[in-house]
Amino acid sequence: MTDQAGAVATDRGDHDPIIQMIGVSKWFGAFNVLRDIQLTIDRGERIVICGPSGSGKSTLIRCINRLEEFQSGRIIVDGIPLTNNVRDIEAVRREVGMVFQQFNLFPHLTVLENCTLSQVWVRKRSKAEAERVARHYLERVRIPEQADKYPGQLSGGQQQRVAIARSLCMNPKVMLFDEPTSALDPEMVKEVLDVMISLAETGMTMLVVTHEMGFAKSVADRVLFMDRGEIVEQAPPDQFFTNPTSERTKLFLSQILSH
Amino acid sequence: MTDPTPTDTAPPPPAGTLGPLAWLRANLFSSWFNGLLTVLILWGLVELIPPLVHWLVIDSVWGPADPQTCRLADGACWAFIHEKYRLILFGTYPYDDQWRPLLAVMIIVALLAASCDPRTWCRLILPMWAIGIALVLVLMFGGVFGLAYVENTRWGGLPVTLLLSVVGLAAAFPVAILLALGRRSDLPVVKALSVVYIEMIRGVPLISLLFMSSVMLPLFLPTGVTIDKLLRAQIAMIMFASAYLAEVIRGGLQGLDNGQYEAADSLGLGYWQKVRLVILPQALAMVIPPIVNTFIAFFKDTSLVLIIGIFDLMTAAKAALTDMYWRGFYKEAYLFVAVFYFCFCFFMSKYSKWLEARTARGVRR
Ligand SMILES: Nc1ncnc2c1ncn2[C@@H]1O[C@H](COP(=O)(O)OP(=O)(O)OP(=O)(O)O)[C@@H](O)[C@H]1O
Ligand SMILES: [Mg+2]
Repeated sequence: MTDQAGAVATDRGDHDPIIQMIGVSKWFGAFNVLRDIQLTIDRGERIVICGPSGSGKSTLIRCINRLEEFQSGRIIVDGIPLTNNVRDIEAVRREVGMVFQQFNLFPHLTVLENCTLSQVWVRKRSKAEAERVARHYLERVRIPEQADKYPGQLSGGQQQRVAIARSLCMNPKVMLFDEPTSALDPEMVKEVLDVMISLAETGMTMLVVTHEMGFAKSVADRVLFMDRGEIVEQAPPDQFFTNPTSERTKLFLSQILSH
Repeated sequence: MTDPTPTDTAPPPPAGTLGPLAWLRANLFSSWFNGLLTVLILWGLVELIPPLVHWLVIDSVWGPADPQTCRLADGACWAFIHEKYRLILFGTYPYDDQWRPLLAVMIIVALLAASCDPRTWCRLILPMWAIGIALVLVLMFGGVFGLAYVENTRWGGLPVTLLLSVVGLAAAFPVAILLALGRRSDLPVVKALSVVYIEMIRGVPLISLLFMSSVMLPLFLPTGVTIDKLLRAQIAMIMFASAYLAEVIRGGLQGLDNGQYEAADSLGLGYWQKVRLVILPQALAMVIPPIVNTFIAFFKDTSLVLIIGIFDLMTAAKAALTDMYWRGFYKEAYLFVAVFYFCFCFFMSKYSKWLEARTARGVRR
């Protein structure tokens, strides 16, 4: 297992992979969404994934917590191989937090209850302990005063920050973000990005699908470019933005940076 | 402009939008069609109400009286109800022990009242109902604590209707939830079983289910094994209600955004935790009105057990009418029974409104 991982390792010196995707392919019916994905992510790495719409970015990160199944290849998260075994899947999901484009908060629960629910039921924490943790993370995302409101009473930016806090409450080892700012009004994008930047500073392993190239430049260790189900290019941001090797990347960058 | 009724032509004064005349205009005469309807309905009421009041109250015979007096009177014969109400409410239950079904009814009503507030739906509600229903059965059957044993073939009237519907719905509801989840399951066998069950039950009328349970089922049972008739009817009713409720609940499950499932999954919640904590609270809240609608329909459908000879409220009323001495007082008997059905159904309807408003407040606020 380790030697295979070594074969697809990045050029970083300290190899301590937390996620390994080895030859992962996925089809939706006859449509090949992911083609032979090789990807190794080290602990504490911050990865930004970009690429044109429909290129399979969401599908890729949703495979990591098994919201999507894949047909061939292997994914190992924190030493746990993802199989069809429900126990393995749940074990992986406990360690992997996810933030969605549409927030997906539970509308029937208050902000605080959103944050304590899985702590109590999955992490088996006492209610008091869970609330303490929840308040801590709500503080971290800078909305401690909204704890007793319902999600429907909050702005989009606030809801997304609650969603981040809800995931962090589980003390995940990896955080997945699927276009976390795409559904937000422009004036709210920054408050969410700020929270993500401060999260990156704590050393959290992060995989972020986003078109916010400013965020990629300032935070990412590696930027991945995906097109038609393949990882076409991956490089540190300075290299990625100034000196891309693939024509497809160049074309994409010229489109996205021109406006 | 010389018209003596200024409200017809003059533009309405701003202040006049609040007076009783303005209210009449807005609510009863907002268009010529509405005006026509209002007039028609008023005329209908004028025609209907006085004779009704005469029949119900003024010309009716109250208190104890013999049938002869009733037949001579123009109004309703409440003396008939006075004479027969114990038979209608409690059937052929031994007359001197009828305080027991009365108490049983009171216990069921108290249980219903205590369950109204969702805040009591924590851990208390199951033991509360278990004890309550056990108490009801002890009261009805007797045979312990010095109570004389009463076979359930002698039960009748309101307690039977209430037991059939309340126990029926309470048992059908969890079954319905499982069926609805099963129908949306990824497991092909579970899904197929749920679909077949739901479609089979929905495909036959309740009457035929009741017939099958009372006539056909005993044919298939090995000799010596008998299942009580009331229990068989109860099981048939549970099967019936669960299939209908399952489809209503499935509607709620389908109305839920997929993101809710994914969020729950991504937090590591197991299937049943996800269902219980995230999916059902939202899905059920969405379908409160159709659920209550099904409850009301089911409550009234319990009266169909009369065709297999079970003595519910409706059957008891019919039985009261078979008395040769008191023949022919149909209107009074059915009106009396209708009042009971109406009270329960009206309560359910009001309760559904209240519950809906309550859950909506929680979600939106
Ligand atoms: N459940 C599904 N069934 C069939 N096809 C799907 C399904 N989900 C996604 N696809 C297809 O797979 C492809 C990749 O989808 P994916 O959501 O991963 O793209 P993406 O890179 O995240 O795009 P976007 O930027 O629009 O979010 C798309 O062409 C999409 O139409
Ligand atoms: Mg996407």
